[in-house]
Amino acid sequence: MSLDLARIQFAFTSVNHFFFVPVTIGLAFLTALLQTAWYRSKREEYLRLTRFFGTLLVINVAIGVVTGLVQEFQFGMNWGQYSRLVGNIFGAPLAMEGLAAFFLESTFLGLWLFGWDKLPRRIHLATIWAVFFGSVLSGAFIMAANSWMQHPVGYAMVNGKPQLNDIWALFTNPVFVWGYAKVLFAALVTGAAVMLAVSAWQLRHGGDREVFTRSARLALVVLVPAILFTLLVGDELGVVEGRYQPMKIAAAEAQWTTSQPCSFSLFQIGGGNNDQTPTQIIAIPHLLSLLATNHWNGQVVGMNELQSQYTQQYSPGNYVPNVFIQYWGMRVMAYLGMVVLIIAVWGLWLIRRKTLATSRLFLWVAVWAAVLPFAMNTAGWFLTESGRQPWIVQGIMLTKNGISPTVSTTWLWISLIAFVLLYGTLATVDLLLMLRYSREPLPPPRTQADADAPVPAVTY
Amino acid sequence: MNNLVPFWFIIIAVLWTGFFILEGFDFGVGMLHSLVGQDDAGRRAAINTIGPLWDGNEVWLIVAAAAMLAAFPGWYATMFSGMYLVLVLLLMSLIIRGVAFEYRGKRDAARWRRTWDVLLTTGSLLAPLLIGIALGDLLHGLPINSSQNYTGSFWDLLQPYALFTGVALVLICLLHGAMFLGLKTTGDMHQRSGMLARRIAPVTCAAVVGFIIWTHVTASTAFFLNVIELLAILAVIAAVWLVYEHRDGFAFAATTITIAASIITIFVDLYPNVMVSSTSKAYNLTVHNTASNPYSLKAMTVVVVIFLPLVLAYQTWTYYVFRRRVSRQEFQPPALSPGATPEPASRPAAPSARPGS
Repeated sequence: MSLDLARIQFAFTSVNHFFFVPVTIGLAFLTALLQTAWYRSKREEYLRLTRFFGTLLVINVAIGVVTGLVQEFQFGMNWGQYSRLVGNIFGAPLAMEGLAAFFLESTFLGLWLFGWDKLPRRIHLATIWAVFFGSVLSGAFIMAANSWMQHPVGYAMVNGKPQLNDIWALFTNPVFVWGYAKVLFAALVTGAAVMLAVSAWQLRHGGDREVFTRSARLALVVLVPAILFTLLVGDELGVVEGRYQPMKIAAAEAQWTTSQPCSFSLFQIGGGNNDQTPTQIIAIPHLLSLLATNHWNGQVVGMNELQSQYTQQYSPGNYVPNVFIQYWGMRVMAYLGMVVLIIAVWGLWLIRRKTLATSRLFLWVAVWAAVLPFAMNTAGWFLTESGRQPWIVQGIMLTKNGISPTVSTTWLWISLIAFVLLYGTLATVDLLLMLRYSREPLPPPRTQADADAPVPAVTY
Repeated sequence: MNNLVPFWFIIIAVLWTGFFILEGFDFGVGMLHSLVGQDDAGRRAAINTIGPLWDGNEVWLIVAAAAMLAAFPGWYATMFSGMYLVLVLLLMSLIIRGVAFEYRGKRDAARWRRTWDVLLTTGSLLAPLLIGIALGDLLHGLPINSSQNYTGSFWDLLQPYALFTGVALVLICLLHGAMFLGLKTTGDMHQRSGMLARRIAPVTCAAVVGFIIWTHVTASTAFFLNVIELLAILAVIAAVWLVYEHRDGFAFAATTITIAASIITIFVDLYPNVMVSSTSKAYNLTVHNTASNPYSLKAMTVVVVIFLPLVLAYQTWTYYVFRRRVSRQEFQPPALSPGATPEPASRPAAPSARPGS
């Protein structure tokens, strides 16, 4: 019971935290681009867009920061034995994240927001890039820590305890390299989708046509390569994880038996941990071999074989993760990714024909498409984290051994309910504010006389 | 003995001290913003004195916690799992408070702003109180068994010494915040900050003296106070005197030293323990039985030696950039004259023509 509650709480707070993180990284990048465009061209519309999207950025950063604190504290609060055992390895990238990245991001966000009229333009432009750089760096350390749980590297076992002996190994870990690239591209997809949706809504509702066409175009130009790379990198990440965590990938394909070549199931009815023979609706021959191994006739080891292998290697137990979550997590992520790609290409084509601003159907679709990256991100994390189960650190520690032994079920219920209520309220408020500010008109253009005067600072 | 172990204990003490020096006045401003600000424009002015700074200040806490996890995993695990509910409350206070800064001004409705004012005040009061309880418990001792696990209940955390530490920290933050507001505001707000500081100062002074003596009696076998304890007492007495003399700058320096010396006292009196066990002395958590392996400490030492000075440099620069006082007039609703500067994005209510339509 304690284990389930602790896991539910961690999943709930992580998913919530990761609503805000990719928006922050993605919008910080786009806002920095807009401000750079203003700095170089001196064209007023870029300034207006910078201010407009900067406000949306700030609304999200606030919640991203405070929910991140909860993530960090939970390692000690709920996962005490885990922290005790691997804190010397897992903690190092977290501490480095704070020192090298998070200080940078937070301090410079303050400078950017409040520094409009206090810093020279060039320095002020540098501050938004510092915010973006800080957020990207921050992601690197967090992903290095997470990847270590998926594929532990750079340690030696001393008296049965893993001890760090090579910090660089954490950053050359193949799971980290591919996983981090994927997170970055996914963040750009999320930020660009939000910017596209807001621009589309404005264009549908009489916002400034020229200016919002410009922002829609910027969003699309970023979105198309970003989603393409997300899909490609995601595919390679699957191969890499298949190498180190074959069970995760086998479960993602609901592949119980070993087969060579292996077909890919597009859709199935039934399935799950107690149903090894679901009704497969469409199966594409060879595709899974290709996806999982990069070879036309590659062998995909099934869960039954892996299970008996693990039982011998470790100790008797159940090493199969939740197959339903794996199978559908994978598909939701991949299929929605395709949908986003199609929408983005459609948008680019409309821009080429110069009819984006008047295509009401596309604009309607683009507004709702903003939901997709969030669903994809969530599905992706379920796939990654649930697929690692029953391990908390692959091959080193089981999740059930990682919890804090003296935290009672009552305490867990109290904290879980408290976080659900608080996060629910905050997410609602955040969404309402985002919608409200997305529908605001652009800040008015400044008069010619003002153009050389400092831009007023943003205040609370 | 590995020299890096005590070094990392010092780093963690430094991070907590830095956190309280900086976030200390943020907490104080949060608690006092309604009183000093009076009306909406004044409250906004008060909040904006720390607007560009609070987020960077709060990172000190995040780094302090992460450093504990990395350098002393055993300490982190026992402290955070043992103090579970206190930390849940702390997290909620910090979340509500952080969001309040950001969201308060985002809607121009009296009830909306009033709600965030109350939440900001409450969060800013609870956060130092709860951290104080947590730090006090480290020193005073908690039921901890031979496998380094906390065996007490929630109520065991709320022992008198810990509660008093919390209250003392709240009072120090109040005075520190009042001094900060005095330095950063103008006119009536400046005067009201000074007035509040003069009311708070004697109470804070009594609390700090009480806290230092209680800490000394709890943790030390020596009769005389050590240098840091003495410094805390002298600084708080100096602060009271300077507050009454209207020497704002020096008074702020004195409250800074008070807050720093008080936090350092906890760590100095704790060492080499990190958590005292009230079950048995043999079960005390020490820097040595909770520390990371030497290689991890070495890797992180490289990072901290490079980045901490860098952080200090750019945070100092931030304080320099935002050195100007904030006045209520900047936040007055725009006058009727058409030439008045319209508020930027944070004031959507200001009527503006929808361009292009």
